[in-house]
Formats: sequence, C-alpha cells, structure tokens
Amino acid sequence: MNIVVLVKLVPDLVEELTIDPSGTALDASWLRLIINEFDDHAIEQAILLKEGGGGRVIIVAVEAEGVDDVLYTAAAKGADRLIKVGAEPGSGPNNHALARGLAAIVKELQPDLVLTGVQAHNDLDGPVGPLLAEHLGMPYLGYVAGVSVSPGKATARKEYPGGVIAEMELSLPGVLGIQAAEKPPRYVAVSKVRQAMQTATIESQPLAGLDASGGLPIGRMFQPEASQRATMIEGDVEGVAAKLVGILKEAGVL
Amino acid sequence: MITLLRAEEFDQVMTSETVWMCLSCYACSQVCPAQIPLTASLMTRAKEELLLAGKVPAELQQALENSQRYGNVLGQSPRKRSDWAKGLIPPVAVLGKDKTSADFLWFVGDYPSYHARAQEASRALAKVFHRLGADFGILGPDEVSDGDSQRLAGERGLFEMLATKNGQAFHKHKFGAIVTSDPHAYNSFKNEYPALGISYPVLHHSEFLAQWLDQLRPLLTHEIKARVAYHDPCFLGRVNGVYDEPRAVLSAIPGVELVEMAHTRSTSICCGGGGGGMWLDGFQWEKAHTRTSEWRVQEAVAAGADVLAVACPYEPLRFEDAAKTVPGAGRLVVKDIAELLAESMGD
Repeated sequence: MNIVVLVKLVPDLVEELTIDPSGTALDASWLRLIINEFDDHAIEQAILLKEGGGGRVIIVAVEAEGVDDVLYTAAAKGADRLIKVGAEPGSGPNNHALARGLAAIVKELQPDLVLTGVQAHNDLDGPVGPLLAEHLGMPYLGYVAGVSVSPGKATARKEYPGGVIAEMELSLPGVLGIQAAEKPPRYVAVSKVRQAMQTATIESQPLAGLDASGGLPIGRMFQPEASQRATMIEGDVEGVAAKLVGILKEAGVL
Repeated sequence: MITLLRAEEFDQVMTSETVWMCLSCYACSQVCPAQIPLTASLMTRAKEELLLAGKVPAELQQALENSQRYGNVLGQSPRKRSDWAKGLIPPVAVLGKDKTSADFLWFVGDYPSYHARAQEASRALAKVFHRLGADFGILGPDEVSDGDSQRLAGERGLFEMLATKNGQAFHKHKFGAIVTSDPHAYNSFKNEYPALGISYPVLHHSEFLAQWLDQLRPLLTHEIKARVAYHDPCFLGRVNGVYDEPRAVLSAIPGVELVEMAHTRSTSICCGGGGGGMWLDGFQWEKAHTRTSEWRVQEAVAAGADVLAVACPYEPLRFEDAAKTVPGAGRLVVKDIAELLAESMGD
C-alpha cells in the first residue's frame, strides 16, 4: 500500500508577523517557517498506518527554507521516500495552482491513500485536499481524526462541530484531510534525525505547469486594527476598579 | 528498575515510566556505598534508550522540540533572547555588536533570558556586575540553551547540537572566562563541553562574586535584616563541590544571619527541576502527589528562615510556587543571591 503525505511549511507564529511594503504579503525577511501542524499529524497518521498494517510512506513537501529538516525528521519517524517539489521563485503558488501541480506528481506515485493536513493556518480554507482529489478523480473526506484501512477501502472518523463524530467508509484510492492523528506526533531524537540525514535521500522534482491562475488576488493584508469601541481605563488598581464598577452599574450588569 | 536491570529484564524497563521520576540530582550517587555512577550512567542511559524508542512524556517532548527548533526550552523567539536587558542603564553589551572583547562572557541561559521571574534575577545580576565595574558581554541572540538538562533527560544528540552552536558562538569572540548564574550551564561548560572540543574557564556567579568580595563589601550599604537559609543547587554543590562561595557572598551582606536547613551542602534536596523535572511537573505530580520543592520550603520554614536564598535559575520559580501551598511559608521570600546583593546595594 502506497501512502502519500503532502506537506507544506507555514509561518511560525513565534515571531511577530509584519506586512511588506506592497501591503499584500508578509515580510519574508524575518519570517520563520514551521511544518503546518495538520500536515505533521498527517505524517504521524501515515506512520501509524504503516506500523499497523505495512505499506510505504512517501512524503511530498513543497520547497521552502527548512524543508530538508522536515523531510529528514519524517524519514527518522519511518517514512520511506522523500520528495521535495520546487516552487518557482517568486511565483507564490496559490492553492489552486499547487493542487494542479501536485496532482501530476502524486498520480505518478500511484497512491492508495493520500493524506494531507485538512488546512493550513496561512490560508484556513483548506482547498488543496479537495482540489487534488478532483484532479485525481478520487473521493475526498476532510476533518478526519483517525483512519483504518482494509483492502480497497478506508474507514475514517470525521469530526463535526459540537462533538459529533461520524465513522465513514471511503473507497480507495482516496484523499483524506487530516485534522488529528490517532496519537500526537511522536518525538524523534536528534541523533535519529542525524542518522536519517546520512542514509536517506531527498528527491527533487519540479512543479510542472505552475501558473498563478485560479487563486484569489490579495487586495490588502493588514494587522488587526484597534476599534473605536475600546476604552482603556487608566489609573491605579483602586481607581481602575472603582471606574469599572461604575461602568458595569451604568450598563445595568451590577 | 535496578532489580529489573540486574535480572536482565530490559524490555520491562522499556515499558516502565519510573525513570522519568528521576531528577538527576545525584543524591543516590553521593551515598552509594559501591560508588556506582547511578545518575551519570544508569538513569541517564535508561532515559536515552526510552527517548530513542520515542517513549517520552508529552510535557518533556514539548521542551525538547522547542530546544531543537528555537534553541530554548521555553519555545520563545531566538531574536528576543536579550530582550530582558532592554532599558537597563547602563546597557548590557552584546559581544560582536556593542564590543569586540570582554574580560568575561556572561552566559545568561534559557530561564534567565525568557522567564519573567528569572529575568528579575538577571537584571539584578547585571546591576551587580555594573556596580563592580566588571568588563563583560553577552551573546544575545547567538546564545542557545546549554543543553545540560536535555542531556540528563536522555537527549544526548540534542545536547551535542546545542553545544556545537554555543561553541561556534563562543569561538567568534574574545573573552577570558565564562560566568553564568546557571549551575547546569556551569556544569556542562566545565564537564561536558570539553569532550566536544569546547573548552573555556568557567565560573558560577557565586564563585565570581566571592573572588570580588573585597570590591563588593563597600558597595553593600543597605542592611538586610533577615535569617537567610541558603539552598545548595545539586549541580553547584553535590556535582561540582561549590558550597562555601555562595555562603561567603551572603555573609558579606550587612544584617544577614545565615541559618542552615536540615539537609544542607552534600545532602541538599533537589528543587525538582533537574533531569527534565522542569518539564515533567504534571507527569510527576500525577505519579507521586508530592513535590521536592515543597519539602525544601518546609525545611526553610522549620529553620526559621525569612529568606530562602538560591543560586540556580530554576529555583525562584519552583520555590515560590511551593511556598504558596506549604503551611507557614506565606511570608518566605525566595531570592537569588544576586537579587539580595542588588538590594543591599540600594538604588
């Protein structure tokens, strides 16, 4: 069984984000990248499936600073093949273009199961999985938290708002958008990652036919703006408390 | 666990979580009549094997991942490593930015750089260094965790990665020695880094201050009238034999009356932060429902101390937390020796 996991890196929120002078993109100069958390869960789910019933795990990651470390870490966890796909410099592929480009690569890998994070925090509308499934002519199920496979089908637990969980069957090959792996992503010791760096190889493949069409143009990117409705209460603790009580009484809360 | 190992039942050791209760405090090694290196070899190696097998409590995993990714256990921005010193007058010099060389490099460490309570002790130490007219610099964002506690928690590879980064940063600058307030950084620079080809003279801040006692005394103008119990940190005392210097420094403060707790010097009780314990609080509480930091605070109360003086950045936060729950400890003040000196120096 071939399990393909799609991975991308997203801005690490440990650093404050700033907008570049164009006003439509993040300033890349201080940007730190980290694996998309949901993709990390997708890797873990793939490794758990491999450990449970065998198979080959192939990681396909979009080129970005630090992606090699992400791939070697996946190898140290048990991934069998590492593929890095190049994004054209400056092209900033939107998710529609990315899904088109990835579809050609994933098809060649003849997957039984494709796992991807259900969304990424730098877009949040989660289109890559469903778009990719459409291009590949495969079924798609998103917001999945737990998968088991049997010949020709996968059984996935899908989370709904309000704590409702459905168990659904999906014919394979198919694409799953992973919300959470059955277990939290495991720790892999630095020495094991180093070992993987010595033994594993990263294949590079171009993202063919990448064009920017299909995506939404960004009109303006901006930091949350302070609202006029907020009132800052100044003063010492006693003073602030007294004013707060006054405001609450006026509002009829007290 | 030891019985299982002697019975060659290593598989059972690998299914047990008991080893994560070990604080790497060296108390057992200290008293072992057969002088078996229990902490350095047995416990640390068992943790290494569990870690290689991916069996690590979630709290500890987070700290280790943070160390890998950001170079500090707290998961903070590496760029903000010297933000604790912002606004200090005179400013704290960053080597390579504000000056090219210094008499000594102050290795600040993770908690003193990022943790709000430990930062207070860092600012106090900066004041003490400045008042002494000492010539020093810090590494700023080039500094990463010393890695000692991660090593004792079984992550040898991570320790080597961090040590290599620090070694490269040290190599870029000219300084005579390293001074640090962190007994774990002190221990790693003294006993572990040299094997990796990184070798510098190192002083704990208590040793440095003891060397400067003659210059220090005239600056200690404000009386601190208090009974002070000094807590020996495991990696300063038991592991590296530094017992007298912190006491000498504290004794120089006018008004201070030193008292000793029931466990003192080589029998000191661990604050609970060692060997990964700093990141296993929830895990260990679930298993044991007790904390060594609380035992220690009870001892301070029993000794009639007003102040529990410490010399390790793990301790103010741990003991202050413990003092909130230990009966009779409500008025116990926990201070790093640098904070007491800064207080005695006045404004």
